[in-house]
Amino acid sequence: MTTTSTTVLLLAVFGAATVEMVEALTIVAAAGIARGWRSALEGAAAGVVVLAVIVLIVGVPLIHYVPIDALRVVVGGLLLVLGLSWLRKAILRASGLKPLHDEDAIFAATSDELNQGGTPGAATSKRDGAAFVVAFKGVFLEGTEVVLIVVSLGSSQHRLGLAAGAAVAAAVLVALVGALVARQLSAVPENTIKLGVGVMLTSFGLYWVGEGSGVAWPGADLAIIGFIGIFAAITLLAVASLRRMARPPLTSSQVAG
Amino acid sequence: MNRIGRIARSFGSFWWDFLIGDTPELFVAVIAVVVVALLLRHHHLAAVIALPAMVVVSLLVSVWRARKAP
Repeated sequence: MTTTSTTVLLLAVFGAATVEMVEALTIVAAAGIARGWRSALEGAAAGVVVLAVIVLIVGVPLIHYVPIDALRVVVGGLLLVLGLSWLRKAILRASGLKPLHDEDAIFAATSDELNQGGTPGAATSKRDGAAFVVAFKGVFLEGTEVVLIVVSLGSSQHRLGLAAGAAVAAAVLVALVGALVARQLSAVPENTIKLGVGVMLTSFGLYWVGEGSGVAWPGADLAIIGFIGIFAAITLLAVASLRRMARPPLTSSQVAG
Repeated sequence: MNRIGRIARSFGSFWWDFLIGDTPELFVAVIAVVVVALLLRHHHLAAVIALPAMVVVSLLVSVWRARKAP
């Protein structure tokens, strides 16, 4: 496997993990502030451990026991479904047809929900079950898509460790940034990252479906770069067209003025 | 429902939401891409043109469908 596909793999996994971990960290921060950090961090750590175990249980047998071409077709199909749905969502958000993901609103809603649940554990020496469960679910549910991306990209290129490492690096980076800026996660350009990752997942998906089926792409895995260019251009054109269509027509006085 | 049944149900529900959810057209399009890739595996030029074109069209159709939705 050449440097091109390895670089795109790293970027795709790192970007996807960043987007999902921003969402997870918002929930963990809300649980920590509302109910106490100890249980929230324990819940988050438990979520990370369960996700890592899933990567090992699912990823390692895939690499060793499934024929590589069949694996690439199935993985390519999964990546295409995931990539296209991320791209679709990002296009609708970028063109204003769907509201942007609002981390502040998620934070407020999670805090409100937890504040209604009785005395916070932080006020006592006991652990807080609600904070643990909310933080665990936040990390586990948001991390599931990252696990799918790590397992599929990592196993199809026999680079499971590298893919998992990129996801862990993104999680650590987001946690550090989150710790430094506390509740300012809404400043992360989540939709732009999602759009970029959607383009990369779609490109990888198409490449692997073709490779696994026996199609010879021109330029071997340099074709991935070509796909990224095509899908990025189409996405930007779609966003620009939808924005233009959404803009109200000028009135006669505006035209005259 | 017993514990195993609940786990199986939530597992199935996860994959249904993940693969189909509110965009069944994308799932159908990806199946079509896989089938066409297998059919055209000995016709490289046709595959190289048709497969990316199918992906682009399916994305645009899905976005258009979402735009038209109430």
